[in-house]
Amino acid sequence: MIALSDYLIVAAILFSVSVAGIFLNRKNVLLLLMCIELMLLAVNINFIAFSHFLGDVHGQIFVFFILTVAAAEAAIGLAILVVLFRTRKTINVGDIDTLKG
Amino acid sequence: MSFEKFLFYLFAVFLIGAALMVITRRNPVHSVLFLVLAFFNSAGLWMLAESEFLAIALVLVYVGAVMVLFLFVVMMLDINLAELRAGFVRNLPVALVVALLMVAELVMVLGPARFGLTRYAAPEPRPADYNNTAELGLALFTQHIYAFEIAAVILLVGIIAAISLTLRRRPDTKYLNPGQQVRVRAGDRLRVVKMKAEEKG
Repeated sequence: MIALSDYLIVAAILFSVSVAGIFLNRKNVLLLLMCIELMLLAVNINFIAFSHFLGDVHGQIFVFFILTVAAAEAAIGLAILVVLFRTRKTINVGDIDTLKG
Repeated sequence: MSFEKFLFYLFAVFLIGAALMVITRRNPVHSVLFLVLAFFNSAGLWMLAESEFLAIALVLVYVGAVMVLFLFVVMMLDINLAELRAGFVRNLPVALVVALLMVAELVMVLGPARFGLTRYAAPEPRPADYNNTAELGLALFTQHIYAFEIAAVILLVGIIAAISLTLRRRPDTKYLNPGQQVRVRAGDRLRVVKMKAEEKG
């Protein structure tokens, strides 16, 4: 039988992989957005697994809302990215230093 | 090993493998395609956990809409790949150390000792007439209706923000002003000239 810990460990590995992805691709905004999507997916797997093993449907409701908010976030993030590329001709994080932060 | 367990390991291995490919590919288009693969496999995992509605919603909504949006944007941007890859090798040791540490710590906390089958027994399989969508909808539209409305407003704000951010009016585009067209009179366009008939020759 599949144990709850199996799901949790898969989600943990997925989350760590996406954290490593943020370290590796810190110049590329597109890859950063994709890594955030992967992180949200790992969180969703945790919610679904707990919902399954505790017999509580509210975990799935949470996943539903996370999916909604993630879709809105992806749409706005990509729109900002397109505008950024139009004005600066680059999506390199190193070049976005107009604010001198 | 039961067939269920085999499927679980299959989906899990493909999920992690696809995630690794997402973060290491040179070409962002390949990354997006591997992200699609990762979403498909996690939909399989969700299906094994008996949340059928969300598994299908993940494939239809996420793969079908959000990932296609990603793909459009990746293909639309003409990006310099070599420049964006700079620092990949330099950051690799740090990333590996952090990721391995995180995995080790999380496995220690979430491992079989605390969340194994002895602590959380596998639930009985649902009967064949169990309707996941109905149960989800019942909870969503009764107890969580307020959050549902807020989610709808968030999506509306997302639509408006995305459109207004990317809308652009080109100054050199020629277009007609319908108001001016309607208000035009014959006198603005046509001039009647009275003149004497010219003699021939």
